[in-house]
Amino acid sequence: MAETVAVPSQRNVISRLWNDKESRSVIIQVLTISLVFAFLAYIIHNAVVNLQAIGKGFSYNFLWQPSSYDINQHLIDYDSRSTHFRAMLVGILNTILVAVCGIVLASIVGFVLGVLRLSKNWIVNRLAYCYIEYVRNVPVLLHILLVHGLIVHAFPVPRQAISIGDVTFMTNRGIFSPKPLYEPLFLVVIVLFVLALAFMWWFKRHAQKVQDETGKRYPVFWIGLGTIVGIPLVSFFLLGSPITWDVPALKGFNFTGGMVVRPEFIALLLALSLYTAAFIGEIVRAGILGIYYGQTEASYALGINRGRTLSLVVIPQALRIIVPPLTSQYLNLMKNSSLAVAIGYMDIVATIGGISLNQTGREMECMIIVLTLYLVMSLIISMIMNWYNKRIKLVER
Amino acid sequence: MEQAAYKPGEHPDLPPPSDTVGPIAWVRANLLSSPTNIVLTVLSIWFLYEIIPATLDWAFLDAAFTGESRDECRAKAGGACWAFIGERFNLFTYGFYPADERWRIDLAFVLLCVALLPVLWDRCPLRKYGLYFACAFPFVAGWLLLGGFGLTPVDTDEFGGFMLTLVIGITGITFSLPIGIILALGRQSDMLIVRVFSIWFIEFFRGVPLITLLFVASTMLNYFLPTGTTFDLLLRVLIMVTLFASAYMAEVIRGGLQALPRGQYEAADSMGLKYWTSMRLIILPQALKISIPGIVNTFIGLYKDTTLVIIIGLLDPLGVGRSSLADTKWTGLSNEMYLFVAIFFFISCFGMSRYSLYLEKKLATGHER
Repeated sequence: MAETVAVPSQRNVISRLWNDKESRSVIIQVLTISLVFAFLAYIIHNAVVNLQAIGKGFSYNFLWQPSSYDINQHLIDYDSRSTHFRAMLVGILNTILVAVCGIVLASIVGFVLGVLRLSKNWIVNRLAYCYIEYVRNVPVLLHILLVHGLIVHAFPVPRQAISIGDVTFMTNRGIFSPKPLYEPLFLVVIVLFVLALAFMWWFKRHAQKVQDETGKRYPVFWIGLGTIVGIPLVSFFLLGSPITWDVPALKGFNFTGGMVVRPEFIALLLALSLYTAAFIGEIVRAGILGIYYGQTEASYALGINRGRTLSLVVIPQALRIIVPPLTSQYLNLMKNSSLAVAIGYMDIVATIGGISLNQTGREMECMIIVLTLYLVMSLIISMIMNWYNKRIKLVER
Repeated sequence: MEQAAYKPGEHPDLPPPSDTVGPIAWVRANLLSSPTNIVLTVLSIWFLYEIIPATLDWAFLDAAFTGESRDECRAKAGGACWAFIGERFNLFTYGFYPADERWRIDLAFVLLCVALLPVLWDRCPLRKYGLYFACAFPFVAGWLLLGGFGLTPVDTDEFGGFMLTLVIGITGITFSLPIGIILALGRQSDMLIVRVFSIWFIEFFRGVPLITLLFVASTMLNYFLPTGTTFDLLLRVLIMVTLFASAYMAEVIRGGLQALPRGQYEAADSMGLKYWTSMRLIILPQALKISIPGIVNTFIGLYKDTTLVIIIGLLDPLGVGRSSLADTKWTGLSNEMYLFVAIFFFISCFGMSRYSLYLEKKLATGHER
């Protein structure tokens, strides 16, 4: 140590600081943070100046003013006298509705496509391939517009509606079907149904425990079917069918009464889920192919049959590969639902980010709401899927 | 008796049993191997029988290729009316670009092909100079399309059609890759602040739909600029599309960075390489190679997403088509229009995904056995 000669400091302080890893990291971070905050301060300052210049403040008071526009599909009570806030709620519910239905439908179709794509049957395999390639290589907006166009053109005007048993009518203004009107006694059926669900939840765990301890197996599926479907059904008829139906009827140029599913909703749902299904199909295929074939052979060697091999051996392992990319497909579907605005489906973007924005002129406030809502929904889907992913993850050392 | 004529092991191979080779065996194995398979085959053939003749009829046999209006088409044939596409073809390609200046778009397109050749084909003659040209191409193309410096200036409002798709798509692709790489490195960085900002940026852009970002660009971006500045709408869209795509790109590249064995980073460090040198020479070449499929998928996604600009009023092919349908002469021909635009997108996107497969095969440097 004594021999060490202090290196004469020929370089200046800055270059010495820069060449030291620790201090360089501090310098870079301080620079980054000040640049980012300077930038933010700059644009916020600009925004304040600009808003002042045109005499607009920044406030959310407009949310409590009447919206004075109609929304044709609303899951909660809404009319043109309701507030902008309520319009936003309607928009959120519409987005959630189409996203949830779309996710379910896309998963089902996607899994079927993935399995068909792996089929040994050459024609089926090729058909699935053509479908997937066509759908994946064409923009989703085009699918939405095309499906919407097809529905509006293919279905007849209300006067020539396609009638199914004189209760359901398919027209280019939507599918009209009878609406159930519940009588008070129906509550009993619902309560019984919930109780049946709770019982089955307990019974399934109990049966599993008994099987683990004694090897004895209960026919859980059949008992479950009997309890969950049977009990409510029997009680429903015993109570004298406490539901009356509000059947749609043609009045003037359109149907009134009943429930209506709007063509915009159908078009958006079909286009989004068929589009996403093609991606999910490829993910499922990759997931199943990713499982080493020895697993299947080992399962056969143990005498497990084909169906159980799939459900007990292959799929649980394939899910580990499938779930992460599946999550991003679900997120994509939810985000793509914002394209609803192109065909006039009233989702978040079309209500608060569209008509409300144009009526009140509050661009900044409305866009902040819209962006926040989408971020929150993305976070929720990610959280659910991460939780699921953790649950099915391989437990390693 | 005759078998004895051969010595042991010298008997010539017998032909395989006739039911295991040839088309019949193939049909049996691939189409009729089990009852389920037979049902599936019958169903698919029925499906094809329903679809293919009807489509062929509509698109070709019973279609009108010439005509002045929809009614004239309908009088001639009951199927598609392609005369519509024919008449509007220039609009679909060039948008509202001034007719006298359209040679500039053609020239830019030819130059694009010239610039892409050395980038995509590594045995192209004079590749080195070609790559220099490819780097200069965006500026040359910008000059050709926008004008100025001796050419008549053209306003970006007049951009439209496939040309607009290409402008947005190529700009987005060119700029999102480098920004994505920087974001991915930032997200992997040891520096807390850099990492946090990268994560915020990436998660924000991935968490919101592109259409809301385009709305932000079209309605409120002006508020964030100094008073009095006007900012071209197309430029705002380009910035948003690029930032959006680069967030996705960053995640794809992060996947590649994480897939590299730790030893590669440590080896680079132990060679005494500095951060950027080790990234440039050791880490990124491998990480980018792994992430090629994801990168190309992001490109394809971006390219398809360019259609969203119609919602804020720019006229890409879909927008041109929709405004053409408003013409009473051609009203109601939406199927023809959508099919035409779909074919354009299909060709470009399918081409890109095929190229990425080729690239993957070419770059597989024998780690697989």
